[in-house]
Amino acid sequence: MAEEKHVHTEDGADLKRREFFARLGLGSLGIAAAGTVAFGYQFLSPNVLYEPSPIINAGKPESYPLDSVTLDANSAIYIVHSKEGFFALSAVCTHLGCLTAWKPDLGIIACPCHGSKFNREGEKIAGPAPRPLPWKRVWLSDDGDLMVDRSTDIRPMQFVSV
Amino acid sequence: MAKPIAQYFDDVRETRVWRSIFRSGTGASTLHRALAIQQNVFLHLLSTKVRRRMLSFSATWYLGTLTFGTFLILVATGVLLMLYYHPSVPQAYADTKDLQFVVSSGLFLRNLHRWSAHAMVFLVFAHMFKVFYRGAYRAPREFNWVVGIILLLVTLLLSYTGYLLPWDQLAYWAITVGSNIASAVPLMGNKIHFLLLGGNAVNANALLRFYVLHCMILPLAAIFFIAIHFWRIRKDGGLYAHQSEPATARAQAAAKEAR
Repeated sequence: MAEEKHVHTEDGADLKRREFFARLGLGSLGIAAAGTVAFGYQFLSPNVLYEPSPIINAGKPESYPLDSVTLDANSAIYIVHSKEGFFALSAVCTHLGCLTAWKPDLGIIACPCHGSKFNREGEKIAGPAPRPLPWKRVWLSDDGDLMVDRSTDIRPMQFVSV
Repeated sequence: MAKPIAQYFDDVRETRVWRSIFRSGTGASTLHRALAIQQNVFLHLLSTKVRRRMLSFSATWYLGTLTFGTFLILVATGVLLMLYYHPSVPQAYADTKDLQFVVSSGLFLRNLHRWSAHAMVFLVFAHMFKVFYRGAYRAPREFNWVVGIILLLVTLLLSYTGYLLPWDQLAYWAITVGSNIASAVPLMGNKIHFLLLGGNAVNANALLRFYVLHCMILPLAAIFFIAIHFWRIRKDGGLYAHQSEPATARAQAAAKEAR
């Protein structure tokens, strides 16, 4: 067998040629593996989502009587008309994402999945929910319709007067 | 004089076509019977020789074999259900209803798929309890126990992904809750949730992803690990039978000598 040749590296260490190629090969495999992970992650993350728009038109304010809580099940939003004004509340339970329901006889919002209960302002009364129901941004369109942006949470107690 | 029926089988085994398919040749000798297992692509994972007591009902209650049986039923019925099921939002629920009320034998196939799925989960757990309480997970079978844990996870994931496919209220909210549990993973929970559903909510992408997982990726993973599981039984000295274990045999021999 031929005598193994030595190459001199910059930091002065002697590496056998075989060892050098082994490291080169392993390094290339590592880079390829990292690239595969990056490729896989990017491929599995959709760049375009065909989901409904977060902005919804909730119609004319007059259609919501004073002191009423109205659930729009399709957009998972409560439109609340209180004495202070209008506000919109997410109807998605902060525990595990179930759709909550307004109980008019009890005056509370209740989740059917694991029993979380909230008051009309979204604060938790009971159950496993870790956070209150978030308030969503509400404004009036030029046509006088109530608009809600479901993607924007706002601080509670910001009412919209009509 | 008519030939005995066994003679007809022997004649078939002697034909050129048979011999071209089955290389082990014919004959009832132990060697030939062993070769018939060893040289068959479907059976070579199995032991060529098995002790009789390992095959007794009390040794295993046949729980592993029964689990594999339910898996075969699930593959057969599942492939047939795929012929009438479209994994799309407008069609999935209607197709499920069609399978129940319109397709010939659709109700039977769907119910068989559903009940077999429940039975498989039950049998997997029963199999694990049996293995655990008999101590059959110990060396040299430790790795096969780990493979079994992977198969348990694959089984549960198959159940979970299949649950969404009928696309009814039960399915929708179960997957909403289940995928939100994935969000609880520290730091990357929301990313996992997004990748799992292919979006922010259970929708068309989630249905398609769960369909592909349920019908392609997870069954292939199951078959892969089942093959390893069976092969390791052979390599680890066959099914666990207490009296046949080397340690037990040594202890018995020592006790005999002491007497």
